[in-house]
Amino acid sequence: MTTPVLELDDIVMHFPARAGAFGNRGDAVVHAVDGVSLAVQPNETVALVGESGCGKSTTARVALRLLEPTAGTVRIDGQDLAQVSRRDLKQLRQRAQIVFQDPFASLDPRMRVSSIVAEPLRAQGQGSEARTRVPELLGLVGLSAEHAGRYPHEFSGGQRQRIGIARALALAPDLLVLDEPVSALDVSIRAQVLNLLTGLQDQLSLAYLFISHDLAVVRHIANRVAVMYLGKIVELGPARDVYAGAGHPYTRALLSAVPEPDPARERVRQRIVLRGDLPSAIDPPSGCRFRTRCWKAQDLCAQEEPALVDRGHGHPVACHFPE
Amino acid sequence: MSDPVLELEELAVEFSVDDGVVHAVNGVSVHVDPGETLAIVGESGSGKTVAALAVMGLIPPPGRIVGGDVRLLGRALVGLREREYRKLRGADIAMIFQDPLSSLNPAFRVGDQIAEALTVHGALSKRAARQRATELLDLVGIPQPEVRARYFPHQLSGGMRQRAMIAMAIANSPKLLIADEPTTALDVTVQAQVLEVLRAAQREVDAALLLITHDLGIVAGTADRVAVMYAGRIVEDAGVDELFTTPRHPYTRALLASLPRVDAREGERLQVIPGVPPNPLALPDGCAFAPRCAFVVDACRDEVPALRAIEDGRLVRCVRVEELDGTPVGEDTPAVSWRA
Repeated sequence: MTTPVLELDDIVMHFPARAGAFGNRGDAVVHAVDGVSLAVQPNETVALVGESGCGKSTTARVALRLLEPTAGTVRIDGQDLAQVSRRDLKQLRQRAQIVFQDPFASLDPRMRVSSIVAEPLRAQGQGSEARTRVPELLGLVGLSAEHAGRYPHEFSGGQRQRIGIARALALAPDLLVLDEPVSALDVSIRAQVLNLLTGLQDQLSLAYLFISHDLAVVRHIANRVAVMYLGKIVELGPARDVYAGAGHPYTRALLSAVPEPDPARERVRQRIVLRGDLPSAIDPPSGCRFRTRCWKAQDLCAQEEPALVDRGHGHPVACHFPE
Repeated sequence: MSDPVLELEELAVEFSVDDGVVHAVNGVSVHVDPGETLAIVGESGSGKTVAALAVMGLIPPPGRIVGGDVRLLGRALVGLREREYRKLRGADIAMIFQDPLSSLNPAFRVGDQIAEALTVHGALSKRAARQRATELLDLVGIPQPEVRARYFPHQLSGGMRQRAMIAMAIANSPKLLIADEPTTALDVTVQAQVLEVLRAAQREVDAALLLITHDLGIVAGTADRVAVMYAGRIVEDAGVDELFTTPRHPYTRALLASLPRVDAREGERLQVIPGVPPNPLALPDGCAFAPRCAFVVDACRDEVPALRAIEDGRLVRCVRVEELDGTPVGEDTPAVSWRA
């Protein structure tokens, strides 16, 4: 079996709860991520989907060691990031790079495109390669060499996202973590960037960890999907199986809520409406975290946390009473 | 047939900025009938929000209406004094914004804000207004409305705040509701609830709804009729079923073909619209979509095509519409061939 490019093993990420206006809240912690295990194989796209506050972006940041996890192991190409030396960590970091959601905030407005794209090379002491690599990288993402001398504000959102992708590719990584890479883009531009990502993956044999709240976008790009709710993965499987036969009630509710551009189907569709609001991550519900909003919840759900195991769906589902 | 609630006739809005004049809305004509839901869809900068703000009399400086008319129940609104406009807003027309936090006053309790909307325009006593505010919160599905009425906006979740906004908007039974990206800031499961509430609220007061959105999925489930905007102009105006099954303007066709869908096959590539929308400071002479259009001919670049009715009654702004069929198309450009 091949070594996964990225392996997350039982990752826990707790943050101290922010102090209120009248002093702190004692030792309260936000359970942002609670025991997430996930592997990304070479040349594979795994999507991490869920709504605001589910912990998907935090998981992405832990994967790149931009955040030090409270507990758990992150391995890149089989090597434990917590165990390697500083120098090796720097080496390993080249293998995994990130593309951010906001193409306006993630590019330094005072730097020319050439410097932005060359920055990772310089940081890794490979600045001398910039002259040849920058035009190459711009070409890869569909920009031309003459764009190199311009500043970010001269570009549209879609073009800026291309610049961000070129920068992430500078060190020839094996894995890109894509944090909502097309969410800020207009519809007509979104397809361009999604197709670019698909093309680059084929061309460069990249693996993607694709963070998104948009299930339609994920359907087009992901091989496997992990659905997160309140810090935990509730379902994990091949995209085709999860979309066609979701086992977890939350996945079902999520899929049923996506509006489709088809009036005839929209008129007859039955939405699963979740009751209540997302519980606080400071004091998550006992047992299954989804139980407070689940229409199938029974006593067992409050008492015992359902494990993420195969319950006859061909892929793991964390639910005592799956569909 | 009854008269339309809202009519825009050749509405034009400009913003004078340092670099020149932004032609945000460029001769928009559209109407909304009683009880009808009209969706105006378009991408950023298409002018959809500016058109809605023009109806509300809320165009921010340096913007100004430079031509055309806005008529509400037959009454011309362009040039109306601010004092007169105030009597209309919240009474005959009410608007629901994308971000309820910025449109609710953070310093007042939610119930009191709704009650104020009732006493300003209506003849209700304070006490009766409070009572009605609680009823309205109940109507939009806020649990324990008596308790929540005493909450400040920050104590409510995003979905609950948007429900409170809807309650306030329908407080005086307006003839026209305008909702500008009402669910864009919300998660998908909450979005579904809020859209349901919006539809129910609209039915309750029998208002027409002008829905401004970029999301064609929401349009499909909410609108009766759709006006597609591109670069400040309406390019297609059609019934919701006709628009989605047989889009006729090349932009509408390309847009529908470029949408990711949950029922897609794995690895299915999206059709792409090449290039970027035009710079609003320097719109092309002819059809604004011509530089990106797969069907462009010389005539497209000569002058702006008229928005005209075709055989099934819909309106399309394209010189070639009769010779082109109505299948969604785009261009499957390889990723690396795209040029800025």
